[in-house]
Amino acid sequence: MPTYTLTVNGRQTEVRADPSTPLLWVLRDDLKMTGTKYGCGIAACGACTVLVGGVASRSCVLPISLLGERPVVTIEAMATDPVGRRVQDAWVSTDVVQCGYCQSGQIMTAVALLRAVPKPTDAQIEQSMGGNICRCGTYVRIRQAIRTAAQLG
Amino acid sequence: MNSRQRLAIGIALTTVVGIEGRLTAGAPSRAEGLAAWQQVYAVLTHPRCVNCHTATGHPEQGDDRHPHLFNVVRGPRGRGVPAFTCAACHQRANADSAGVPGARGWQLAPLTMKWQDLNDHILPSSAVCHTITDRSKNHNLDGAGLLKHHEEEPLVLWAFQPGRSPDGSPRSTPPLTHDAFVAATRTWVDAGMPCPKP
Repeated sequence: MPTYTLTVNGRQTEVRADPSTPLLWVLRDDLKMTGTKYGCGIAACGACTVLVGGVASRSCVLPISLLGERPVVTIEAMATDPVGRRVQDAWVSTDVVQCGYCQSGQIMTAVALLRAVPKPTDAQIEQSMGGNICRCGTYVRIRQAIRTAAQLG
Repeated sequence: MNSRQRLAIGIALTTVVGIEGRLTAGAPSRAEGLAAWQQVYAVLTHPRCVNCHTATGHPEQGDDRHPHLFNVVRGPRGRGVPAFTCAACHQRANADSAGVPGARGWQLAPLTMKWQDLNDHILPSSAVCHTITDRSKNHNLDGAGLLKHHEEEPLVLWAFQPGRSPDGSPRSTPPLTHDAFVAATRTWVDAGMPCPKP
């Protein structure tokens, strides 16, 4: 199997993997970074969202062979990221989470949104978060938390 | 007129016809151009092409051209919206292991290049022809530019090598090979890009 050099949360690491292995499983199984969740495996739910080259991306459908040199940022780095910290604080103060399974993907998408649009409208929030599914139905609180994080910025 | 004279006239006529034929081959007639256009139109309106030449706020998927799943929207530049872009899933090449198609610069065609109406009905041949020859709508491409687009644009090339669906089956391809598509485009361009009457 080929060896791939990845930059994850600012740290360079090497993994040996089949070229078709999704980034999600490299993160979870090889690098033991289990904050990124497996939801549907077909890019339909957003639970596996990470930032790839700054772009919110579905890691479950990204073969490691197509990652290239783009840096990966995961939920594990959000506590020390200014926008990520703000979003997580807003998540806590709004008490967003119910079961919590989808929330790392929700937060990564929210961070990508606020980096691109620091003061998003409700329509922008709804469109940008539209691909992240929450089976507990916490959408109203997610939107409120993003509004709060935007105000704190 | 003796037999030698008749032979000379025959050779002369054959030469004239031959020259005429070569001239015709160099500059296709309007009828040949229109025939070539119909081949081009058959490719442009195949799902691999028309699914991203929509008139609506979303792309389409599959041979049944259903609206793209997962609440995907067009966005201001045809690349989705912040934090939910085409690049969230579509990479620079097909990801056959996941069934996600990909090519460099994955995006929707601009609304000026819509080849469907708002009810997702494919526009007739004359309408698509007038649209793609209108330089106010087609990024100011002339005939040579359109030919180059069909020859080299990564998203056009992708349509002929679209990879596999999530169930592992190969995606269907347009009715012509890429080479035949380019040849038809060239014939149509050389004929002056004639459009059929509405």
